[in-house]
This record gives sequence, C-alpha cells and structure tokens, in this order.
Amino acid sequence: MIRVQGLQKSFGEQHVLRGIDVDFHEGQCNLIIGLSGSGKTVFLKSILGLHATDEGSISFDGRILGEMSKKEVKALRQEMGMVFQGSALFNSMTIEDNVRLPLDFFSQMTPEEKAERVRFCLDRVRIAPEAFTKTPAELSGGMQKRVAIARAIVLNPKYLFCDEPNSGLDPETAIVIDQLIHEITHEFGMTTVINTHDMNSVLEIGDHVVLLEKGKKAWEGTMDQVLQSDDSAVVDYVFRSNLFKKVRAALKNV
Amino acid sequence: MIYRFLDGLGRYFLFLGEVFHKPEHWREYSKSFFKEIELLIFSSIGLVAFISVFMGAVLTIQTAINLGDPFVPDSYIAIAVREGIILEFAPTIVSLILAGKVGSNIASTLGTMRVTEQMDALRVMGINPASYLVLPKLFACLIFNPILIVFSMALGLVGGYYAGDLLGLVNTEIYLTGYFDDFDPFFVVYSLTKTFVFAFIIATVSSFFGYNVEGGAVEVGKASTKSVVTMSFSIILFNYILTDLLLQ
Repeated sequence: MIRVQGLQKSFGEQHVLRGIDVDFHEGQCNLIIGLSGSGKTVFLKSILGLHATDEGSISFDGRILGEMSKKEVKALRQEMGMVFQGSALFNSMTIEDNVRLPLDFFSQMTPEEKAERVRFCLDRVRIAPEAFTKTPAELSGGMQKRVAIARAIVLNPKYLFCDEPNSGLDPETAIVIDQLIHEITHEFGMTTVINTHDMNSVLEIGDHVVLLEKGKKAWEGTMDQVLQSDDSAVVDYVFRSNLFKKVRAALKNV
Repeated sequence: MIYRFLDGLGRYFLFLGEVFHKPEHWREYSKSFFKEIELLIFSSIGLVAFISVFMGAVLTIQTAINLGDPFVPDSYIAIAVREGIILEFAPTIVSLILAGKVGSNIASTLGTMRVTEQMDALRVMGINPASYLVLPKLFACLIFNPILIVFSMALGLVGGYYAGDLLGLVNTEIYLTGYFDDFDPFFVVYSLTKTFVFAFIIATVSSFFGYNVEGGAVEVGKASTKSVVTMSFSIILFNYILTDLLLQ
C-alpha cells in the first residue's frame, strides 16, 4: 500500500499540491483524474521521489520515503515500475535492450535468464518476436507504450506508476493498454497508480478513483460511484460532455 | 550578470559532483563507453583528417609566401609550419571544431533525453542519469581526443609537405629536414595537456547544458547553441591560461 499524507509542493510562489491525503491499495488500479494543471503529474512525480516535497509524507508499505537512506531509496526504486506519457524508451537501444536494461543493472541473472525474462515480459504485452530487434522509432505509439509496460514490469515491481498511458492513442489501442495494465495489476498483485484524462479508462479499470482539483483531493471513490455521484466536483469534471450526461441520465432512470 | 555566472558555475560543479558519483554497474558503463567512442570519436575522424590536411597545406603556402626569400632556407618554413600545427592549430582549432561537432551532439542528445523523460525513466529505475550518461562520454573524449589531435598533427604535417611539393613552393628534401630540426618534444606534451583540458570542457560543458534543459524542442536547440558558445569561450580562455602556465 502507498500512503500519502498532507502532501504539499510549491514551485516558487505557485502552490501546486495543497495537502493531499490518500491511500493506494495493493492489487488495485488507482486512477488520478483532474483537469490539466490540477497537479496530477507533480503528484505522481512526488510519489516517485522525482520532486522533493515541501510538506507531508509518502510511505510504501510502512517505509517512509523521506526517512529512508539513499541505499534504501535505491532498493525501493527496484520495486517501482513507471510508464511515462511519451513512453521514454531509449532511442539508441533496441526494444530488447530497453527492456533488459533494468535487469543488467539490478539482477544477478545469467544472460540466458535475462533473455528469457525479457521474452516473457514482451510476450506478456503482446509484442511479436520480430519487433524485438527494432528501435523504438520503428514502432507505433501503441507498441511503444506496450514496450514501456514490459520495461516497467521486468523487475517484477510491487508498485506500478503510469502517466497518461493512453494519451495520443486511438480508442481501440487505448482500451488494449488499459486492459493490459489492469490484467497485470491483478495478475502480479501490484499497487498501480495511473494519471489519466480518459474517462473510458476510469469506467474500464478504475478500481479506485481520485479526483484532484487545484492541487487538492476533491473526491475519491470507485468507478461505479463516479457515475452515481452528485458531488459537484465530479459532476463538473466527468459530466461535461453530452455523452456522459446522457449516460448519467440513463443510469439515474434505471 | 555576475550573479548569473556564479550561479551557473555553482550548478556546473554540483553537476560534476553527480557525474563523478560511484557507478552502479561498471560493465554497463563500459558498454556505453564503447558506443560513445564510435558515436563521438570515430565519426569525427573524417572531419578532423580533412581539416588537418588542408590546415597544414594553407599554413605551408602562407609561410612560404611570407618567407619567400632566397636567403631563408625551406627548412625554416617547415619549422614554422610544424610549430604552428603542434602548438596551436591541431590542439586548439581542432578542439574548437570538435566542440561544435561533438559538443552540440552531446548537448542535443541529453537535452532530448531530458524533455522526453528518458532521464526520469533512468532515475525511477534507480540509475543515476548524470553518471550513466555523461561519464562514458567524458572518458571517451579524455582518452580519444588526444589521439585525434596527434592524428591531426601528423596529417597537418603531411598536408603541408604535399602542398609545398605540388605547388613547387619548397625544395621538399630541405623542407622535410625542417620538420625534425630543433624539435622540442615538450611542445607535444604541452599540446596534449591542452587537448586533455579541452576534452574535459567539451564533454562536461555540453553535458551540463543538455542535462539541464527545461521545456521542449526549442529549448534543446537553444541549449545546444549556448553550449557551443560557452565551450568556445572556455577553450580560448584556457588556451591562454595553459600557454601562460606551461610555456613561460
């Protein structure tokens, strides 16, 4: 479980996170939603330790990030996987090398075991063997995202973080990526935290949904509760589009 | 302006502190080191060779024209060309050209990695991006730039010899003896010392600018330009300081 308590972060005079308290549970897809500029990415990067926080604490199964030694943080990082918005694959490496990199640094596996693990992870995200020796630039956006997921899970992490994993993808591919993350989360019992704008993702895989507004937690609940909620923050964010207004009306009538 | 300079200098030294952090895994660094040799050094051989040959040729023509007196032996022209190439043209001019070619490559590569979150990806994995990305480039430059400069010196002298011969400006036998007359090996040591310092400047200054890019593609381009300007200033400044220290 990841527990965030009183998290605050400012950049100069700009207060981006204004005291957020939230728990992310194991084996769940925890979705963070909110408008652009609501602090989602800063929140995620703060949990990852990429931004130093001003106030508050972040703990990973009881281990408080701010109180850990550098060695402990390094060990904790090996329990984390991250899928970046733009995939962040290394352009100079092949797909295989991209996925193998964390193993080369942090595992004691033999080269054969590493190759086997890389094959397993790429196969798990449905990347065909023909693509293994290609470079990221030779793959489509959806395939790049899948490779990024393979790289994120190669060390068998306890915590998976995804920053808008289906942004820029067509609806079909976006659903494939969502389902993949959902399956992997449940299969490996990971604590997954996903930043997203995509309401389809919320309704498909949102085991736990947190709505951020102006750097504060405005609402939290499950995907079913999102549709039933009368909370003004949820109504403002989720039911702006006519489609969701109709869905909500239909659900209310049922 | 002074504040900005001192702030930049301070951040540069903090960055060096991160770069010289103990590597996580030497084998991965060595793999990266060999890639960098290919990318930064081998790809520069053609350019360095071309520049050096013509630099030597031009230097011989200019010196021969300026010393075009029947009472001045052709060996003097060769001595002037030799000293010019070894002391200044090969180490300084070629380093300035490498600052443009290699330095802008490093700055734009690291800048692109920064804006596409590849550095964040390394950090999340527990890999120190400054050390992993910069140290192999630095060692490749420190070890191979001096070799490139020796290569440049040799080709400059060859270019000078053939220009004099083909244009009929010198008696080649006498000219050739000039290359060996009163040769002071310390000049090569001086030249390589300068090259070593310049290589350090090229690798670290360009990395510093690339590593600290914030924004997008436009900022990557700006960082690359800034790095080349800063490297050129630094190389010229250190050229003066080292010459004063080593040759006085």
